[in-house]
Amino acid sequence: MKKDEVPQDKGNLSKTNMKELVYATDENGNYTTALSSGWEPKSIALSNSIEEISERIAIAEAQVANNEVSPICYYMELCRMDIGVLSSYVGMWQWRVKRHFKPKVFAGLSDKILKKYSDAFNITVEELKNFKAN
Amino acid sequence: METNFTHHQSAHCENGVASNLLKHNGLNISEPMVFGIGSGLFFVYLPFLKVNYAPAISYRPMPGQIFNKLAKRLGLKIKRQKFSSEANAIKALDENLKNNIPSGLQVGVYNLTYFPDEYRFHFNAHNLVVYGKTETDYLISDPVMENVTTLTHEELNKVRFAKGAFAPRGQMYYPIQVPLNVDLKGAIIKGIKNTCRDMLAPMPIIGVRGIRLVAKLIKKWPVKEGTKKANHYLAQIVRMQEEIGTGGGGFRFIYAAFLQEAAVVLQNDELQNLSLEMTAIGDLWRDFAVEASRVYKNRSTKVDVYNLLSDELLAIADKEEEFFKKLKKAIS
Repeated sequence: MKKDEVPQDKGNLSKTNMKELVYATDENGNYTTALSSGWEPKSIALSNSIEEISERIAIAEAQVANNEVSPICYYMELCRMDIGVLSSYVGMWQWRVKRHFKPKVFAGLSDKILKKYSDAFNITVEELKNFKAN
Repeated sequence: METNFTHHQSAHCENGVASNLLKHNGLNISEPMVFGIGSGLFFVYLPFLKVNYAPAISYRPMPGQIFNKLAKRLGLKIKRQKFSSEANAIKALDENLKNNIPSGLQVGVYNLTYFPDEYRFHFNAHNLVVYGKTETDYLISDPVMENVTTLTHEELNKVRFAKGAFAPRGQMYYPIQVPLNVDLKGAIIKGIKNTCRDMLAPMPIIGVRGIRLVAKLIKKWPVKEGTKKANHYLAQIVRMQEEIGTGGGGFRFIYAAFLQEAAVVLQNDELQNLSLEMTAIGDLWRDFAVEASRVYKNRSTKVDVYNLLSDELLAIADKEEEFFKKLKKAIS
């Protein structure tokens, strides 16, 4: 990539005024560094992932509203986690975490267990218990 | 407490931390040199490891490898510590800062509050340097940021003990012995040989063959997984390829910069030619990203886009195979 081709697209970075360093060649073909404010293909890939997550959050919320899953599932999606990540945060086996997705099982969880989840989600136990999906 | 650390922005976090820490310890070594000697260029396809619900593709070796290899090849000593208790991790870091030792940390990205929200995923192999501490904050030199930044005590604790794949477990590292004279030539040759071996490895998921495998899978995805999932997978490839200075194009340009520096050190003109060739390959990776992003944005007007992308990636694999064979010859 030539230095004058370093992309300066408006991307996810420009909102925060963050710029990335890239390596590019100058007019004599020698390597130098330049700053880039963002690149469109990258922003598209990133927003694609974000959209994917938003969709999953919305689905989980609807499922909580229908009493199909517990709020744990919703907060897991909200925090961009999957079962693997969540299970290592709360220090429980994945099958146990999955079991806690069942509203019935969730209703019977002790505050001690709920605390592990709420800590992982950075919320209070009350917030987790009283989550009402719209 | 504050050490007299100088922050230099870099394209990739692990190179950057290594280069910055070594510069601080009196060894002036550039980011591309770190990357080349530490054999940072890599490719591996890990279908059984899912990242964000898509198969993982890594364009880099395991976290910590670059610095470890660099240290071994230059004869430096690095101390690495992991902690099971958060209190001990804090104590060890504070002790270092008190002794004027800026320290590298492996951290999780999700709770890095100074990152734009879109960048915050559960990715645990980010690296940064802590160079000081105030009443409320730690002073942070994150190599991918333009300027130094801060995290509160609590925030730093969280990122050091992030969980999930590659959980950092408070990992802290810093050079404890840096020789005045290093054998740069020997280290460069070892680094290049290692990279050639990795990229030409006779394993179906590693190096050039890994790229080929992914290329072939791209063709199958829309049929096997449906367009939606195929698009998601494709987006994931590009994200891993281009996010925060890592991956396909970006890494190729750093490697080309390394070859240019190496050509001077080894007085080998062939490396200069190969640097140009690697730049061209980097540009092909970027073209691939442009084409792929059009596909999942549904703006591609070309028919049979998945086949086209697959062919593009196969062509890259062929070019790289040829390239690494030539590179191997050039230093033997």
